[in-house]
Amino acid sequence: MTYVLILISAIFVNNIVLSQFLGICPFLGVSKKVNTAVGMSLAVTFVMALATCVTWLLQYYVLVPLNMVYMQTVTFILVIAGLVQMVEIILKKISPSLYQSLGIFLPLITTNCAVLGVALMVVQKQFTFGGDAHMLNMGESVVFAVASAIGFGLAISLFAAIREQLEISDVPKPFRGIPIALITAGIMALAFMGFSGMV
Amino acid sequence: MNKLQLITKGLIKDNPTFVLVLGMCPTLGTTTSAFNGMGMGLATLVVLTLSNIVISALARFIPDKVRIPSYIVIISAFVTIIQLLMQAFLPSLYETLGLFIPLIVVNCIVLGRAEAFANKNTVLDSACDGLGIGLGFTLSLTVIGLVREILGSGSAFGWNFLGGDAVLVFVLAPGAFLVLGLLMALFNRLTAQRR
Repeated sequence: MTYVLILISAIFVNNIVLSQFLGICPFLGVSKKVNTAVGMSLAVTFVMALATCVTWLLQYYVLVPLNMVYMQTVTFILVIAGLVQMVEIILKKISPSLYQSLGIFLPLITTNCAVLGVALMVVQKQFTFGGDAHMLNMGESVVFAVASAIGFGLAISLFAAIREQLEISDVPKPFRGIPIALITAGIMALAFMGFSGMV
Repeated sequence: MNKLQLITKGLIKDNPTFVLVLGMCPTLGTTTSAFNGMGMGLATLVVLTLSNIVISALARFIPDKVRIPSYIVIISAFVTIIQLLMQAFLPSLYETLGLFIPLIVVNCIVLGRAEAFANKNTVLDSACDGLGIGLGFTLSLTVIGLVREILGSGSAFGWNFLGGDAVLVFVLAPGAFLVLGLLMALFNRLTAQRR
């Protein structure tokens, strides 16, 4: 039950892009075509799940026992950067076809604040999924990361579909490009607010 | 480019928010009020200036292949320092800005200036550049925060002049996107006339 609540909460109610404002750069940058948007969100899902898994273990088995929680930001970003590099190398070796489709997005993910954001969120914040406020355990953290990534994928894919239509519509000159995209995103966020209070 | 130009270019010509469109996450996430926006902007300004200084001083010694990870370590060290200082001296602002303080590490403005400016310019120029871009970022965030605060909670810098009657949606998530989009269009319109 907890897992279902985490999924619904992270995908719809607290959507990482439209209500937490994480990962806005790829959301605006890689959302001109639906295909690339889907590719990006698959890459993000993979890296986010892996990164959260590793940083969770680091937090509770290295940083906390050694009393070095203040090194959190430094270690997490290094781990994420290293991980992305590693995934890139492994993917290139094992599955060149998958690398062809995801490869170009991987370097971009290091500076995707959603990955670091989720990794920090699960070890800093208390959540109240199905019961009292508690820190997430490892399984819940990974489910939370995957759900957040799905939320990211949902938002960016829907947004890309709208932007493909925007390309061919007549937009007033000062609004062309990013401004109209932001306003579109604002209206989407308004729609997603309808989910609030569900969990 | 002289020092004064370096400091002032961030305000209009190379404005990180409205022209370069960098660092959108904190821009949208922390501007619920003018004060919060300004706090976030100033925190970024300090990190940006300090990391620019250190990176430009060390650029000659950092091997080219590992420069990005090295920059990230330098930046995250300064972010950690700011994080601890804010936690100690500005606990309420630290609470409101929350996750976005550690996330300065992945703010593209900071890494972008390191890569585009600090690693090929002198220490003093890099300091001015960091200060200038940081000031532009602070100004933009303060303006966005002010607009959202006026519309969304009927107050400015905490001074409440509407007695609580306001359009709440502007301090919530959708308002951030709408206000930024409209301000950016306004900025485009004004600068287009000037050119």
